[in-house]
This record gives sequence, C-alpha cells and structure tokens, in this order.
Amino acid sequence: MRTRTYVALAAGLVLAALAATRVVGNDYYFFAGYVVLQYVVLATAWNILGGYTGYVNFGSAAFFAIGAYTTIALIRLAEVPLYLSIPAAGVVCGLIGLAAGYLTLRLRGVYFAIATLALAIVLETFVANWDFVGGATGSIVMRPKEAPLFDSYVKFLFCVMAALAVAAVSVARYLETSRLGRGLAAIRDDEQAAECSGVPTLRLKLLSATLSGALMGLAGAPFPYYVTYVDPPSAFNLDYAVNAVAMPMVGGTQTWLGPVVGALLLGTLQQVATVTISSELNLLIVGLVLVGFVILAPEGIVGQVRRVLARRRR
Amino acid sequence: MSDLFLSALASGLMLGGFYAAVTLGLTLAFGYLNVVNIAHPAFVLLGSYAVYGVNARWGVDPVLAGAGLAPLFFVLGVAVYSLYQASFEAREDESLRGLAFFFGLMFLIEVGLILSYGVDYRLVSAPYIGPTVALGAVLLPTRMLVPFLVALAMVWALQLYLARTFTGRAIRAVAQDQQALRLVAADPVRIKRLAFGIAIATACIAGALLVVIGPVEPSMGRAYIGRVFAIVVLGGMGSAGGTLLAALVLGLAESITSTYYGPSWSPAVAFGFLLFALAVRPAGLLGR
Repeated sequence: MRTRTYVALAAGLVLAALAATRVVGNDYYFFAGYVVLQYVVLATAWNILGGYTGYVNFGSAAFFAIGAYTTIALIRLAEVPLYLSIPAAGVVCGLIGLAAGYLTLRLRGVYFAIATLALAIVLETFVANWDFVGGATGSIVMRPKEAPLFDSYVKFLFCVMAALAVAAVSVARYLETSRLGRGLAAIRDDEQAAECSGVPTLRLKLLSATLSGALMGLAGAPFPYYVTYVDPPSAFNLDYAVNAVAMPMVGGTQTWLGPVVGALLLGTLQQVATVTISSELNLLIVGLVLVGFVILAPEGIVGQVRRVLARRRR
Repeated sequence: MSDLFLSALASGLMLGGFYAAVTLGLTLAFGYLNVVNIAHPAFVLLGSYAVYGVNARWGVDPVLAGAGLAPLFFVLGVAVYSLYQASFEAREDESLRGLAFFFGLMFLIEVGLILSYGVDYRLVSAPYIGPTVALGAVLLPTRMLVPFLVALAMVWALQLYLARTFTGRAIRAVAQDQQALRLVAADPVRIKRLAFGIAIATACIAGALLVVIGPVEPSMGRAYIGRVFAIVVLGGMGSAGGTLLAALVLGLAESITSTYYGPSWSPAVAFGFLLFALAVRPAGLLGR
C-alpha cells in the first residue's frame, strides 16, 4: 500500500470513529469497540518484537497492567489527567521493555520468552504488595460523567483508543518499510548472518523491545477509566497475553496488516461469543484457534491470501 | 541458630525436593530434547486433577493414583510430541510457532480445567495429610515429608535409567549428536517421543505430590513457570542431579524469604533466581 493511500485511510478511520459517536446512540457498541481496538494496539505492539524480530513476548499482560497502574498511581499522586498519563505509561513500559531486553535479549530467543513469562508473575507480585495503588484489594477509579465534545465518557475513550490504534499501526508500518525493519527481518531470519553483515543486532532488538513495551503500556493507560475498578488479577489477566500472541499468529506476523486483521476478527468474535455463549467458552475458542492456526496455517490469514493472489496472478 | 531458622531450613529442603519432582520432566524435555514445553506446569496441574478425581471417587491413595495414572500421561506425552514433531520440528520452525503452540496448550488445559471443575480449590484425603513428625525442635508435616521422599526416589530412578539402560543413554545422546545416534541404528524421533512421554508421566506423579501438599486450583500452574525454568537453567540444562541441587537451593531461598518477609514475596524469589541464572551462570551450578 502506498504511503499516501495509507495516510488517507488512517485519517478516514479516525474521522469515521468520531462520526460514529455522533450517529450511534447505544453506548454498548463503544464499550465493545473499545476492547477490539485495544487488542489492535496490543497485537500490533506484540508483533513489533515477535513478528518482525522473532522474539516471543508472553508477558504482554504485564506491560498492559503496568500501563494501567501508571494511570492509577498518577491519579493517586496528583489527579493527573488521562492525556498526560497515556504518554507516562508509554515511557514506564518502554523502560521496562528496555530493561527486560537488556538482561535477556543477548541470550537465545527461548530465554527471552521464559523471562517475560516470569516477569509477568513478579510484576504482579510487586503490584499486589504495593498498597499505594490498592495492593491485592484493587482500587476504584471514578469515571467522569462526560468529556468535552462527547455526550458520554465511553465514546471519548473509544476515540482515544481509535487514535492509539492508528498510531500503533503507523509505527509498525513505518518500522516495516524502513531500513530498521529490514534489519529486524534479518535478525529474525538468521541472527548470526545479520551480525556478520554488520547489522547492529543488539541495538535493534533493544529498540524493538522498547517500542513494543511502550505501545502495550499505551493500550493499558485508559483501562482504569474503562473498567473503573482495577485489581492485579484483572489487569494481569492471562487473556491479554494469549490474545496478544494469538491475534498476530492468526492474522499473519510478517506485515502490519496481519495483527490488525487478527485482532479485528478474534476480538469481534470474542465480543459476540461473550454475549451469546459464555466468557469461559470463548477463551477456549481463542486457545483452539491459536493452536489450530499455528499448526495448519503458519503464515496466518494475510500470508495465505497473499499466496493465493500470487498464484492467480501467475 | 534459632528454631525459626531451623524450621525454615527444614521446610525449604522439603519444598525444594518437591520442586525437583515438578521440574524433572522439564529437564528431560528442555534440557535433553530442546523442546521448550512451557505447558509443563499445566500438565502437572492436569495430573493433580486426575489424581483428585480418582481419590474422590474410589479413595485411592493419591501417590499410588499418580503412579497408576502415569502410563496414561505417558501416552498423552507421546501424542503431544508426535504432533509437535510433525508440525514444527520437521518443518524446522520450532522457535516462534513451537512456543506459541505450547503456550496455547497451556491455556487450553487451564480453561479446560476451569470449565470442568470450576475455580474452587480441590483437595484429596490420605492418612499422611495432617500429622507431623517432630525432629528435635523442628516439626515436619508429613504432607511435606512424603512428597519429599517420593521426589528423591523419582530423581534417583531417572538418574539410574539415564545412566544404565540403552534407551536412557540414547536419550542423553539425542541431546548431543542425533547423527551419531542414527549410526547406531536408533531413530532419534522415536527416542525423543519416548523421552517426552516419560517427561509428561513424571508431571502426573508431581501433580499427585502437589495435591498432597495443598489444595489446587486451575491457574496455579502459572506460578510454577518461573520456578521450573529457573531450576532447569540453574541445574545445568540436563542432569537429574543438577536439577535436584538447584531445586533445593530455590526451595531454601523461597522458604527463608517467606519466613522473614512474608509469603506474598516468595514468587519474586524464583524470578530473581532465573535472572541470576541467565545473566551470571547460563551453564548452571554444576556447569562445564
């Protein structure tokens, strides 16, 4: 896709989201849409490290939760508004990504994956023991009744998340098409060969770990306003980690479009299934879809469609 | 030394022995076969629930039930490895997608347990759950002592098997040189299937020990992921003896932390251990 088309499309989507808040009255659609868009951000962020570089992060839930808890800590500290706590969450989670990457990215990929799993548990332990943000009992956040220009706060949050989603996807798309992206792809395909041909592998890996962590933090920052009650088990929920891995795998990990497709499909499916079936069963569906896609369609939906198109063209 | 310290020491050793039992299967899978089975703790929990089911229905002793169910888990392990081998190892695509496969499997086991048993704690009954043995001033609960002894027996048996039998030696050989294994007419894939089966069978027995030590609920497995990988890495990636030593060290560290700083901090100990192991001694305590 050409850059001009992409920019027009992205701007169009944000405008469409804004227009929808004027036309649609029922708040439920914005509650559901917020979750789907939040998954677009999470899946895209995961893919920057997982798909482009080949390092699997199983601790997405931890980054998401730290983003949410940054907001809570800032509210407790000085009633900091949302538009300031979003960038703050990005900085905090970027630093955590950098630190985790610095300790483990020099080792084989599996160690990074294992360390992220353990990191999630340890950060949850710390937050559960930290009384300032509510500790194990959790904390309540008052959601303002309305936001300027919007008739309900949920519609406002929906638009914030839509903007974050467009921003995250744009970052991913830029990375993919730039020199940096080619360096990351070289690491994924053969790290030793990349190192030998002069790719600064560690620096690139640290950069993508930082970016990926920061974007996950952004996704988590508005969460306290959305749910109004946050405790460690709900913020560090394994569902976020599983979805962040499953969505890019289902959509396709090679391009920026893959996580978006995966998140829209799986996210919407889960929203529908939660309403019509049950929430436990829809998690089972996500697990089955993940395992099924990994085994049967390793290139994801986007990869499969591309292959079919390429064959037809020939 | 104070009695408090002595009892922290004793319970740390018991705990460490039990951790060794939980980790043995992963030592086989990750240390020898290079299969990153992050679902291992989930299999342990599956074992706990299977043992709970047998114990609740027929009143069979939990440890015996675990040993009795182990062959079933062996078959399950062989099936899982066959699927993994055909889908990922044969395509040489095990790193990213293989990890995601086991992650999905872990999630499926957990959600499956929640759907069939609910999130309530489940416990078993056995004569040794309850009483304590006094050792000087230190009181040892037998529900910790029995798992500790069973774990020692498991480590000893596995060590003997790997050292003395042909298939056991072949499993050690798979880790080093698959080509050489083919030259002595042993099929590496068959050996790995066998080893992974054994690994999952040990998870069943470890599950029995887990449910003897205390009540279980489906998401408990997650807390063990950091622990088991820390132990495998610290134990030198592939030795039953190293696993036992590393498990004892972690058990002691956790028990002392929870005695002096409170139990809510003990999960952080395992992570500290893991980072230490990765950053300082990736070759393990007894490493080359």
